[in-house]
Amino acid sequence: MSYLEYNVKTVPTGWRKILFVNWPLVLLLTAVAGFGFLMLYSVAGGSFSPWAEPQIKRFAMGMTVMFFVAFVPIWFWRNMAALAYLLSIVLLLMVEFFGAVGMGAQRWIDLGFMRLQPSELMKITLVMMLAAYYDWLDIKKVSRPQFILIPLFLILLPTALVLGQPDLGTALLLVIGGGVVMFVAGVHWAYFAAVIAMGVGLITAVFTTRGTPWQLLKDYQYRRIDTFLDPASDPLGAGYHITQSKIALGSGGWAGRGFMQGTQSRLNFLPEKHTDFIFTTLAEEFGFIGGFSLLALYALIIVFCIASALKNKDRFSSLLIFGIATTFFLFYALNMSMVMGLAPVVGVPLPLVSYGGSAMLVLLAAFGLVQSAHVHRAR
Amino acid sequence: MKQSPKDIEESARRITRRGLVLGGAQVAFMSALALRMRYMQVNQADQFRLLAEENRINFRLIPPTRGLIFDRSGQPLAENEQNYRAVIVREDAGDVEAVLARVARIISLSDDDLARVLKEVKRRSAFVPVTIADRLSWEAVAELAVNAPALPGITPEVGLSRRYPMGSDLAHVVGYVGPVSDYDLSKLDDPDPVLQIPRFQIGKSGVESKMETDLRGKAGSKRIEVNAVGRVIRELDRIPGTAGADLQLTIDHGLQNFMQARLAGESAAAVVMDVTDGDILGIASAPGFDPNKFVRGISVADYRDLTDNKYVPLANKTVQGTYPPGSTFKMVTALAALEGGVIQPDETVWCPGHLETGGRRFHCWKRGGHGHVSLNESLQQSCDVYYYEIARRVGIDKIAEMARRLGIGVRHDLPMSAVSTGIAPDKAWKREHRGADWVVGDTLNAAIGQGLVLASPLQLAVMASRVATGNGVAPRLIKSVDGVEQPSGAGTALDINPAHLARVRRGMYSVSNSQRGTGYRSRVVDDTMTMAGKTGTSQVRNITAAERARGVFRNSDLPWERRDHALFVCFAPYDAPRIAVSVVVEHGGGGSTAAAPIARDIVVRALSGELPPLSAYPANQRSKVEEVLKGLDLRTPEPPKNGRTRA
Repeated sequence: MSYLEYNVKTVPTGWRKILFVNWPLVLLLTAVAGFGFLMLYSVAGGSFSPWAEPQIKRFAMGMTVMFFVAFVPIWFWRNMAALAYLLSIVLLLMVEFFGAVGMGAQRWIDLGFMRLQPSELMKITLVMMLAAYYDWLDIKKVSRPQFILIPLFLILLPTALVLGQPDLGTALLLVIGGGVVMFVAGVHWAYFAAVIAMGVGLITAVFTTRGTPWQLLKDYQYRRIDTFLDPASDPLGAGYHITQSKIALGSGGWAGRGFMQGTQSRLNFLPEKHTDFIFTTLAEEFGFIGGFSLLALYALIIVFCIASALKNKDRFSSLLIFGIATTFFLFYALNMSMVMGLAPVVGVPLPLVSYGGSAMLVLLAAFGLVQSAHVHRAR
Repeated sequence: MKQSPKDIEESARRITRRGLVLGGAQVAFMSALALRMRYMQVNQADQFRLLAEENRINFRLIPPTRGLIFDRSGQPLAENEQNYRAVIVREDAGDVEAVLARVARIISLSDDDLARVLKEVKRRSAFVPVTIADRLSWEAVAELAVNAPALPGITPEVGLSRRYPMGSDLAHVVGYVGPVSDYDLSKLDDPDPVLQIPRFQIGKSGVESKMETDLRGKAGSKRIEVNAVGRVIRELDRIPGTAGADLQLTIDHGLQNFMQARLAGESAAAVVMDVTDGDILGIASAPGFDPNKFVRGISVADYRDLTDNKYVPLANKTVQGTYPPGSTFKMVTALAALEGGVIQPDETVWCPGHLETGGRRFHCWKRGGHGHVSLNESLQQSCDVYYYEIARRVGIDKIAEMARRLGIGVRHDLPMSAVSTGIAPDKAWKREHRGADWVVGDTLNAAIGQGLVLASPLQLAVMASRVATGNGVAPRLIKSVDGVEQPSGAGTALDINPAHLARVRRGMYSVSNSQRGTGYRSRVVDDTMTMAGKTGTSQVRNITAAERARGVFRNSDLPWERRDHALFVCFAPYDAPRIAVSVVVEHGGGGSTAAAPIARDIVVRALSGELPPLSAYPANQRSKVEEVLKGLDLRTPEPPKNGRTRA
């Protein structure tokens, strides 16, 4: 019995719950999505079709899901965590075996009414699972090696499946997201230091042995790494995208070129301008002011989430909120780094802004969990 | 698992601690992103803005309109004609094959054409126009326009193409234009960017080529906005270019046409020069060719016909061809000797039919010899021995010097292709070019315009002009550029004793007008057009001793390639010279029979300004002359089709 269940009487019930929803967070999410609608309208050349209108409908649906999830008590979701995790693993395996091939990688299952990306779901259910695990685990045992192995397995199983698709971006998000929950849960610093040191050592080993008879990778694999690290070596592929993206972003200047006046997106120099590179269009048309405003909104979402997590005395709730907020943070931080040329192009959408159905739905459901934890916290 | 309240407290504190560290890290990363964004959008904004503009804006050149070429009276010799073509745009056409099938009902398209268009359409982007057919008639264009609703994606386009209304008459003078080749570009150090425009045409030969920079004009430019795949979104602005300068030539198109017609059937060249100012009134090289065929892209068969023709139609024989001038060179030798003081005009030389020197015997064309010969008789009867003798006395260097003073062995810089320098040989020249010492035999050969001497018909006309005036007349082909009159070629006095010149001119008068003159048969009886000329017959082979013993072959018995060249130079009228004429008929036989009659017709045509009046000819020749003139294929110049088109 956790702390929460002793204090159940202080938790709001019925329609009163609506008063305890974290409304500033709802407003912030809507504002961010609003940026998305505006940009999708702009990149379509001043038209609600083909992107803005479906995006608005999906957002409305996503908000409904969010409120539904928010009104269900958080302990129900905690009890569901293991099941949700298992379901996600099964779905990932289904993708592996029956999934359609799209965009060069097997990523989604056609459910008829929508295409489900199990990897999107996995990011949230993994966090749920880990939060539930640490909620159950005796605090004193957190840093014991045998109890480290369990969450490690929970993280690496879906990561391996996602890598097989192959989807490097999501694999990265899973590892970092899971690691952050372990970190916040209180796993000893030394483990993280060891993992980081091992990673650095492995990378160093891979590169220093290059060209020697005992090199660790095949030549063509090294060449792939080269292209990955230095897009300019592949000027017509990823290099073209990142170059045009930087030009668009930089040419926005302080105040931008004006709504629907961005030449880079208007004249199709920008690739994927409605999905992964939508931030570039925003930065081109609204300049530093526009780009910084969106970044500030994202930052506020994170701040509100952390505040909510810190106030919450329930262990599962706190860890869940930290995990979800960090996953959300990783989404936009990676996307923005990518379009600014700080990270290689790995195909991560800008959360709530990029055009796309299942990602938005899953994210809003996840914020539903955050709201549920907020509503049902002991006061 | 039950947890103690103490543990829970500890756990909450740890979560708070670690959560704050995590939150701090995230805020730090976001700050880094914001700074990066600020750096790119504020500090580097100008640089990226420039790159975006470069992406977006393309420069396109607008080809300038080529300058026109007129003759001295204003008749167009080269003009720009509107040229219609049909293009297809795939994205507008939809079903390209169906549309093309419908087009084929209006304009004839071969299967090859259709295959080429289909291939091109597939290869290019959907919005790039592909030419279906070029040089359409106005009727075809009109029909395409009327049927536009049934022909989506088909548009008629109009361009300018070069047309030469005088056809083959001025093929060698005006030349022709053609598309820029890689070879053309490789010759230029700093090629005008306009040359990169597809299908842009530049002068390939003649005036079109030599005056290219004047005729071309300056390209305009337009800035257009393009998208990532190159589709033109809109035109931002345009700077109009300047059209090329119009040229006026010194040519008289009527005379030119007459000369070309008169030379037809021969491999020949003729030049008419105004002796007062050096204007080239006519400069004909036969056979000609149709320059319009080159503009359209000449077929392989047509081109092979031109290159395989033994009369070499593509060569401009007037300036490019050099011939031993034969007896037409005798004025040079005579003037050199007179100026050198080695002979007096009335002094005679004994001609026994040959001259022995250095163990070799040099023959006069007349086996029996001319007896006592004075300067006048030597020109009149073209005695060779007289010239052997005076040349031996004066020496080759003085002769060569006189030749150059009279315009032989000097390059006259006319804006025409491959202008030859010819050869006025002297001792130094032979040592340099042949690596051998000069021998007296060379002098004797040179004295009668044989051996090493080579001159072009243009140089012969210049020589005749200078003899006629005593001035250093220089030929001029361009009368004005863009309305600006070009410097006259009148020249200044040559520093030759006028009395000597008068005696030489008198000798030439005797050639044409005294009964024993070699050109007497081709005289003009009209006093206003009296000719003074000199015949020339130059060997293209050596006459061997055996041949001479058997008797020299008659030219008509020889194959064409081995017959003598026939030459004639003259000026007229004798007492107040206005024009000088030179005629060379390759392998024509004798100068008096093959070249002189042609020169006479040209003189009469040039001085009368109309079809030669029969009254100018000796009465007994009139019927024959009439027959010749009637047989000429003269053109009445067609009026320009679309006016003077300027786009």
